[in-house]
Amino acid sequence: MSLDDSKNGLEVVYKKPSTLTETPLHYCPGCGHGVAHRVIMEVVEEMGIQEETIGVAPVGCSVFAYHYMDIDMQEAAHGRASAVATGIRRVLPDKYVFSYQGDGDLAAIGTAETIHTVNRGENILMIFINNGIYGMTGGQMAPTTLLGQKTSTSPYGRDAKAIGYPLKITDMLCLLPGAYYVTRQAAHTAGAVRKLKKAIQKSFEYQKLNKGTCFVEIVTNCPSGYGMTPVESNKWIEEKMFPYYPLGDLKVPKPEEN
Amino acid sequence: MNQTIEIVRETRLMKGNEALAEAAIRAGIHAYFGYPITPQSEVLEYLTREMPKRSGVVLQAESEVAAINMIYGAAGAGARVITSSSSPGISLMQEGLSYIASAQLPCLVVNVNRGGPGLGTIQPSQGDYFQATKGGGHGDYHLIVLAPASVQEMADFVFDGIALAEKYRNPAMILSDGALGQMMEKVDLPEEGSLEYPEVNWATVGKKKGKERNIITSLYIQPEKMEQINLELQEKYKRLKQEVRFELINTEDADILLVAFGLSARICQKAIELAREKGIKLGLLRPITLYPFPEDALASFTDKVDFYLCVEMNAGQMIEDVKLAVNGKKPVYHFGRMGGMIPSPEEVLAEVEKVVEQQLVTKE
Repeated sequence: MSLDDSKNGLEVVYKKPSTLTETPLHYCPGCGHGVAHRVIMEVVEEMGIQEETIGVAPVGCSVFAYHYMDIDMQEAAHGRASAVATGIRRVLPDKYVFSYQGDGDLAAIGTAETIHTVNRGENILMIFINNGIYGMTGGQMAPTTLLGQKTSTSPYGRDAKAIGYPLKITDMLCLLPGAYYVTRQAAHTAGAVRKLKKAIQKSFEYQKLNKGTCFVEIVTNCPSGYGMTPVESNKWIEEKMFPYYPLGDLKVPKPEEN
Repeated sequence: MNQTIEIVRETRLMKGNEALAEAAIRAGIHAYFGYPITPQSEVLEYLTREMPKRSGVVLQAESEVAAINMIYGAAGAGARVITSSSSPGISLMQEGLSYIASAQLPCLVVNVNRGGPGLGTIQPSQGDYFQATKGGGHGDYHLIVLAPASVQEMADFVFDGIALAEKYRNPAMILSDGALGQMMEKVDLPEEGSLEYPEVNWATVGKKKGKERNIITSLYIQPEKMEQINLELQEKYKRLKQEVRFELINTEDADILLVAFGLSARICQKAIELAREKGIKLGLLRPITLYPFPEDALASFTDKVDFYLCVEMNAGQMIEDVKLAVNGKKPVYHFGRMGGMIPSPEEVLAEVEKVVEQQLVTKE
């Protein structure tokens, strides 16, 4: 039976955006990636920019993002997504370009590319998925892993003396004049998703102004990596992650710029 | 910005690096991404000065790692792109080159080879032959490798390298060295706009309505699929053999065949003159494409010459390919200087005379 069966008096009020493919997501139950993918693609659909948008996928759990997003995409090497996106946007200055990276990709191996992309004020949108753990390789410590947090490579909990502190790279980027709009959002409740969508939509709109980089951090969960149920993991990020990575806009365009 | 200047064929006295940079503009590149390193920085300097006045994107990246990934992105978006560096920087680009080769993106990479290993020296070397011709990064792949021996070829091979890269959708490399990059010679510059752009339907320029999306990737998690990609690449490398290029100098009556590329070949030409004054019939086979390698041409001399002598500015790298081509039918010797030292024609001749003497002793 088709869902779109108005004869039965039914009305479709919620469906998959046309900008997502039919490929079933490979993500673990409860993972935030699926929501993040959907929100980005909803914005692309609503803005009608499917034909003008090019995405760059990372290395990590979302390495196959291009299986799901029905737009032209490039798969980058680990940490290099923003350099790849720079290359694309520089030769296609009229298109919308975004990169999509996890915490290991963007804030460990790709730190130099991240900082310099934003410092140049590349007119792209950088999406940063921060779940505090390396999901794909089996739950190792990430640059954003919290102090005391146990992972497969910090089995006794992250110790600042041994390995340093959770990296607030998003806060660091706010210092750079090239950063136009920097925000930290979440995707674990309906309210959070609504705010996230607004942030992503603004970021796409800002791209046409050519005024600098838009950076959207999404603090998400990793039920498998944390060894928790989806509900537990969402509770955990609220209790542990949000106090260290508080949600909200970190840098907004000055009124006269807007 | 971007005003049209009519650029016609003209002759100038230029540094190798500058001739290469000027040729890149005339070849119609859309973008250059690079990072300063001696002895190739003139390429970046020339392009940051000239490209804003003419056309195209030029960007000094934060590292060679970033530069090669910008190349990946721009090439994947269908742009004609080049980058340049020198040995330590080229090492940093190997990861990206492996991805570019696997994703089958055309681009041109210039290595103005300096002495190594490590930070080494800024003086010329051919120590990166293995890295250039055997892949360099991880996995089974090859670059198309052109070896210029003059400032003229520094310019010409930009056009040839781009044309080959685009024809085969494969990264191409110009393997030059610090001397060719820095020395000045007369160069006949090619006409701007004379290199046509290919039709491209695979690039990520935005998904067309009702068409499949384009994806640039090197990830095929199923081994069955990854093997297919490998077979495709290997089939392409077989087809590449038809692009083999080499130069023969004084080989008609040669008793001894020198084999040398790039700057070493220039030195060998002088050694041939000196030898012939003494009645020693030296000839030279200069591989112009190092990959594909002119193995058949080398093998065709096994009945004609007494031995082969590879002259290289390294410890003996190309000699391995020469030995494979000769396949034991004649002795193959090596003479090389390393670490930025350039052999003199007299040294080459002395080495030839030494080998001749050794051979006479062995025969007795």
